[in-house]
Amino acid sequence: MSETDSNPETETEAFGSAPIDTSSGPDTTAEFPLQVDGLRKSFGGITAVDGATFQVESGTLTGLIGPNGAGKSTTFNLITGMLKPDTGTVTFNDEDITGMEPHEIANKGLVRTFQIARELEDMTVLENMMLAPKHQRGEKLWRSVLPGVRGEVIEQEEELLERVWEVLEFFEIDHIAEEYAGNLSGGQRKLLEMARALLTDPDMLLLDEPFAGVNPSLEKRLLTHIHELREQGYTFLLVEHDMDLIMENCEHVIVLHQGRVLTEGTPADIKSNEEVIEAYLGGNV
Amino acid sequence: MSVREDLADRMPGGDAGLIVAVLLVTYAAYVLVGVGLGYSLRGQLNTIAVLTFYIGVFAMLALALNLHWGYTGLFNIGIVGFMAVGVYVMALFTKPIYTPGGAAQVGGLGLPLIVGIVAGMAAAALLGLVVALPALRLRADYLAIVTIAMSEIVRFSFLSSDLQQFQMFGNRVGFGGGSGLILDFTDPLQALFQSVGLWGAYLGFVDAFKAIVPTNPKPVVDGLVYGLFLLLFVAAYYWLLKRTGESPFGRVLKAIREDEDVANSLGKDTNQFKIKSFMLGCALMGLAGIFWLMTQGAVTPNFFRPRVTFFVWIALIIGGAGSNTGSVLGGAVFAAVLYQGPRYFKNLVDTVLPAADAPSSFGPAIAPLISNLNPAPMFFYTVDSIRQLQLVVMGLVLIWLMHNRPEGMLGHRKETAAGIPLTAAHARAAATDGGTAKNAANDAADDAATAGGDSDE
Ligand SMILES: Nc1ncnc2c1ncn2[C@@H]1O[C@H](COP(=O)(O)OP(=O)(O)OP(=O)(O)O)[C@@H](O)[C@H]1O
Ligand SMILES: [Mg+2]
Repeated sequence: MSETDSNPETETEAFGSAPIDTSSGPDTTAEFPLQVDGLRKSFGGITAVDGATFQVESGTLTGLIGPNGAGKSTTFNLITGMLKPDTGTVTFNDEDITGMEPHEIANKGLVRTFQIARELEDMTVLENMMLAPKHQRGEKLWRSVLPGVRGEVIEQEEELLERVWEVLEFFEIDHIAEEYAGNLSGGQRKLLEMARALLTDPDMLLLDEPFAGVNPSLEKRLLTHIHELREQGYTFLLVEHDMDLIMENCEHVIVLHQGRVLTEGTPADIKSNEEVIEAYLGGNV
Repeated sequence: MSVREDLADRMPGGDAGLIVAVLLVTYAAYVLVGVGLGYSLRGQLNTIAVLTFYIGVFAMLALALNLHWGYTGLFNIGIVGFMAVGVYVMALFTKPIYTPGGAAQVGGLGLPLIVGIVAGMAAAALLGLVVALPALRLRADYLAIVTIAMSEIVRFSFLSSDLQQFQMFGNRVGFGGGSGLILDFTDPLQALFQSVGLWGAYLGFVDAFKAIVPTNPKPVVDGLVYGLFLLLFVAAYYWLLKRTGESPFGRVLKAIREDEDVANSLGKDTNQFKIKSFMLGCALMGLAGIFWLMTQGAVTPNFFRPRVTFFVWIALIIGGAGSNTGSVLGGAVFAAVLYQGPRYFKNLVDTVLPAADAPSSFGPAIAPLISNLNPAPMFFYTVDSIRQLQLVVMGLVLIWLMHNRPEGMLGHRKETAAGIPLTAAHARAAATDGGTAKNAANDAADDAATAGGDSDE
């Protein structure tokens, strides 16, 4: 794939993302790539996120848990620029990304998946996947159209397709490659969404309940894969309601309750924390 | 899925074959009716030329709209405004410099036609940019409101006496106000042939045409040749938009149409893509407007009423939004059946029954039908008002389509948004000769890793 990415043209610069000089692997310059400070967001009367403050350590799989309506998805939306916070800041790789556009944040390597999988329904699985990779030459209109240069676009399309196919096979959705995404089952949509997010080559992935509806054996495989990527330095923030999964896989857990961080720590700490038990089992504290 | 789909799949030559077949059937129908009713050859040829003209302009406009609506989901109902700006700016650049005492009230800059055409397209694209910048950030329906308002503002601007005439580079230029603008530049066909040094040959050809049309064949030949020229441009639009759609650029447009947030959170600057797509479509609409009017001798602002916009929409809906082939077919079917059809039908009735006098109002038309079941007066009355009824018919067709086939002729067909075939077979082949799939996990990881380092080298 290196031909694709080390494309000699000027697109990389044109993106303006000016990636902080990295020679290989994800950006690991920051010890805590993601820092969220005093994030607050209200919708009319409801304060969905109420001063959430936490940070995610580089190369970890960090869990974000909390009861329904705790503000987990809203926090994701605030981090990724889909919503603008009322107050508070989001820092990614030592850069203040508060209020940036979602595409700018994604191009900095912080990519999210949606809780309710959002597929591009009238596009096939392959089209969905081919959309994701960055630095596609053919995203420049003139390159796609002009006779002389279109060849380079086609060449890159072939390379991308090859890579897309490998990821599809890994996620075990290659048999539905030509299917329209709108026809997929709930679990298949989740898989497609995660595969697609991975194809953007993120440094850090925010996964909003990625395993909901995914069969157990595949869930295991995906977790194995996540651990492999994590070992290479990628960072994950995972929202999940399955406590066993969180306890077995995360090295750090953040508990969100009513828009605030109730507590955080290792799975063992969390397990023994009475507040957490109360928040999950006893409703309102 | 349907008969039509099967037809498209079985058609030799694929989509191009389908388009040619539809055109041939249309022409054959027109010619047959004309022959059956004893039209002169000249009349037949003129009918064909006019039909081709409208097929050409509507196909071009439907293709441009398909880029906006079918590909990007941009709801543009101000098409006619972009056409108007294209034509008027072209006229401003191309009309000869004002000379006192000449026929024209105002002049132009006297530049070559091609310069005027490029300027007209650029002006339409710029207007698109101005319209799009504020509206694209808002919800989709705001673009609709802004575009239709813009098209009326454009029309009223060209109507206004303030722009009727003004000075530019020391020349008296202007847009002529409500009385319109005489397009007194060299005949475009002549300019075209002269520019390639074939004007003499063309005149020779016209002369030879006397064998078919003995008296004054030039208008007939001009019409036919211009129609052919328009069809060539339909092909050019088709080619351009097909390449646009079948590319990573088109893929992002399609994703924007489906769910802009998703495209955005995958790192695509969707506003950029929307603006580019919108401007390209607007330029193509401006060019189509120029082609529609540059041979008409004059242009008035009231030609550019919103109904033209709705004609284009009907053409696209008939053909099927999302499909370029469908757009061409929709343009052709709209032009032949809904736009020119009723007029042709009226001409036929007038020719066959020249003596029949139509009642002048609805009362005398309906009375005989009720009192002694005589439908003739009602029939003639209907035929006589066919231009007014045309809009009613279009409305009925639209309602019928919406209920029974909202995807139009080919809208159900999804044209792949990639430069290569996106099939499992193709992908599998690529994967097996490119690398091993068995270690996909590591490959994916490596890919991700290399991507992080794309700034060096
Ligand atoms: N766009 C919105 N408009 C109004 N209220 C909203 C909006 N988005 C979220 N909320 C409210 O904010 C609160 C937090 O919602 P959020 O989706 O963040 O919860 P969550 O922690 O992700 O819950 P779950 O585990 O069920 O997914 C809820 O009370 C929800 O009703
Ligand atoms: Mg949620």
